[in-house]
Amino acid sequence: MDIPYTVQPRPDTGLYNAKVGIWLFLASEVMLFGALFSSYILLRVGAPEGYWPHGWLNVPIGTANTLVLITSSITTVMAWASCKMNRFEKFKFYHACTLVLALTFVCIKSYEYRDKLTHYEITLADGKIADGHMVRNDPKADHVVISGRYVEDRKELYDLHAAKVHHPHEELTLPRAQIKKMSSYGPWHNTYTAIYFTLTGLHALHVIGGALVIGFLWGPGSKMWRTDPERFTNRVEVSGLFWHFVDLVWIFLFPVLYLL
Amino acid sequence: MSTDHSDFSQHLRGYLFVFYALLFGTLITVGASYIPFGHKALNIAVALLIASVKAFLVAGYFMHLMSERKMIYGILASTVFFAIGLMGLTLWSMVDFPPLTTTH
Repeated sequence: MDIPYTVQPRPDTGLYNAKVGIWLFLASEVMLFGALFSSYILLRVGAPEGYWPHGWLNVPIGTANTLVLITSSITTVMAWASCKMNRFEKFKFYHACTLVLALTFVCIKSYEYRDKLTHYEITLADGKIADGHMVRNDPKADHVVISGRYVEDRKELYDLHAAKVHHPHEELTLPRAQIKKMSSYGPWHNTYTAIYFTLTGLHALHVIGGALVIGFLWGPGSKMWRTDPERFTNRVEVSGLFWHFVDLVWIFLFPVLYLL
Repeated sequence: MSTDHSDFSQHLRGYLFVFYALLFGTLITVGASYIPFGHKALNIAVALLIASVKAFLVAGYFMHLMSERKMIYGILASTVFFAIGLMGLTLWSMVDFPPLTTTH
């Protein structure tokens, strides 16, 4: 049995069915991310004075990732346009670029996650706080070693934009018996890291999902070009719409999480 | 299947223009975040305004919303309605904190 209206537009909607389907899906996605953005606003506004982090994320890395995603959007459009112009080889080239860019985005994001998960805030028995990246944490050893600095007040850790002085990092050896609390900057650290990991994690899952579909169309799915090129072009368009939406979400995530 | 190439090359130029505008917009967003506009809210407004322009370019040109069918506009109109409602409720909740709650 043939699936109806995969190429020809439906008379009542004027569109092929997959296009209506993807837009309905994207509409639900707007509400999903909208709810999380709403949570972000409430968490930020509800945070005590001076306790919402600023400057915790690396702006040059975030900017680079934004440029990577924007570039992947133009390669996606060019891949679809190549199909429209009957240039299959160019389609293959542009979608290969999209896949490489998607992989680059995920790799950069993984690097950022690793940086946060190896960054620790350690409260000592004397009230001092040691903050920095873990160097050695052997459970059998009676001390842990981090590369960081001491602060007297937790508040000093929150606004890194305001702290104009560069704090030199040094290797700190902390006796395990003196450690009262030790927490990495994972989602459990505070409400900022929780919403940061939730928003960017969900977005990264979308990038991976989109890349899998694009990878299928670039690889085994591209056989359809020989038998039904118009239907194949429509598939490329629909996957492209999803990819642009992923780009669109990042356009808001970047300033909200990295810059403001 | 194939579309008129000269007609399409016009579109391609448009896509490239949007691409350059998005790159430029990203750099402007980063640059503007380092300029103190006097009040934090103003910095937030500027960043979100630039992000909205970039989102308009992506949705309007890359996603072809500038020349889409009425059916799609209908779907998106309901999404816009509910998304604005969601954000409206979020903002409304901010003026409804219990006494002595710190807001900033």
